[in-house]
Amino acid sequence: MASLKELRARIGSVKSTKKITSAMKMVAAAKLRRAQTRAEAARPYATAMRRMLAELGRSAKGQTGLPVLLAGTGNDKVHLLVPMTSDRGLAGAFNANINRVTRNLIRRLQAEGKTVRLLPVGRKGHDYLIREFADLIVDHVHGSGGREIPFSAAAELGEAITSRLEKGEFDVCTVIYNRFNNVMSQTPTELQLVPLAMPGNDDAAAAPDAPVYEFEPGEEELLSRLLPRNLQVQLYATMLESAAGEQGARMTAMDSATRNAGKAIDRLTLTYNRTRQTNITNELIEIISGAQAV
Amino acid sequence: MPIEVEIVSPEKVLFSRAVDMAVMPGLEGDIAAMPDHAPMMLLLRGGVVELYQDGAVTDRFFVAGGFADLTATRCTILADQATVLADLSVDAAQARLAGLEASYEAADKMNVPALDLLMEKMQSARAEIEAAGGQAA
Repeated sequence: MASLKELRARIGSVKSTKKITSAMKMVAAAKLRRAQTRAEAARPYATAMRRMLAELGRSAKGQTGLPVLLAGTGNDKVHLLVPMTSDRGLAGAFNANINRVTRNLIRRLQAEGKTVRLLPVGRKGHDYLIREFADLIVDHVHGSGGREIPFSAAAELGEAITSRLEKGEFDVCTVIYNRFNNVMSQTPTELQLVPLAMPGNDDAAAAPDAPVYEFEPGEEELLSRLLPRNLQVQLYATMLESAAGEQGARMTAMDSATRNAGKAIDRLTLTYNRTRQTNITNELIEIISGAQAV
Repeated sequence: MPIEVEIVSPEKVLFSRAVDMAVMPGLEGDIAAMPDHAPMMLLLRGGVVELYQDGAVTDRFFVAGGFADLTATRCTILADQATVLADLSVDAAQARLAGLEASYEAADKMNVPALDLLMEKMQSARAEIEAAGGQAA
């Protein structure tokens, strides 16, 4: 049985752990709100971009020589995976989920005889993947470390991916990120970016009398500008969602950690009081029996 | 009849209101968005978007390139970067222009698409300096 001194020390340390976890929870909650606002603020651009792409795609449909970002390279051999994780841990299963999904996907693609390349975003994913798949990693990008994500971060990543595609380094590009369902749950999601799944192709037939757009300069030029931008915007959206998800996951994890610490303190306090009582009783028995012996 | 104008940067919506007319810097010349304009999509160069109400300019924004989607009732400007004109800084733009000129000098002169892109960025920076009230070098 632990001595009173040991118990006191343990209660003290659990108490300070609880303070830390509850502070982290508060911080995560504040950051979460900001991350969510930012994700929402970025939505109109993405929506408008999708609308324009749908319009352009409709009028460019059936043409040959479409940009590779849209049509792909025509092959399906080399896959570039972009797993998005956070830079910091203590966010529950947030990063572990992404790593697991990535690992399974790599195994599946390799079993199908495809070549896999990795471009992890965020330190946690890189740290994990480098142990098992060091030879597959072509590059890695650090996350924002919990700070605000500027659009330029997504723009750089998008440019890096585009230039790799133009050099023919891969055929298909997939992002694996945590989709933000709500504060409690994030779903690891695979999103194929290259070749682009064209949005809204199905409603083309539904609106035959839709106005015919004029394009300036030509459709091709516009498409070749719009597509890389769209890639960046999509990356930006996944980064923002992932950032919001990270804070949500951390908040949930720290909330349960705080609750667990509370329970541990209760249990330890109970043991401490019992031990103290036993010690007092023992001392009393000793004194009484000593007095009787005299 | 006014037209709904939205100026959106990747980060957020900067402006969303009904105005009489919006003049924007198209890649091949300035274009005014007015009600009942034929649907049109255009590329923007770096320049100033001016919003008119009752014959006078109410707001000016600097956009560093982007896209615009015009329809009969609405005009959406997707700017790569958009700033209220008053917030522009001549010094920052000049520094950027100097950096771009240096990388243009250093760039591979055979790589035409890359040169074109740099040239466009330089023009956008020059337009920014001008819009901010400075003298383009």
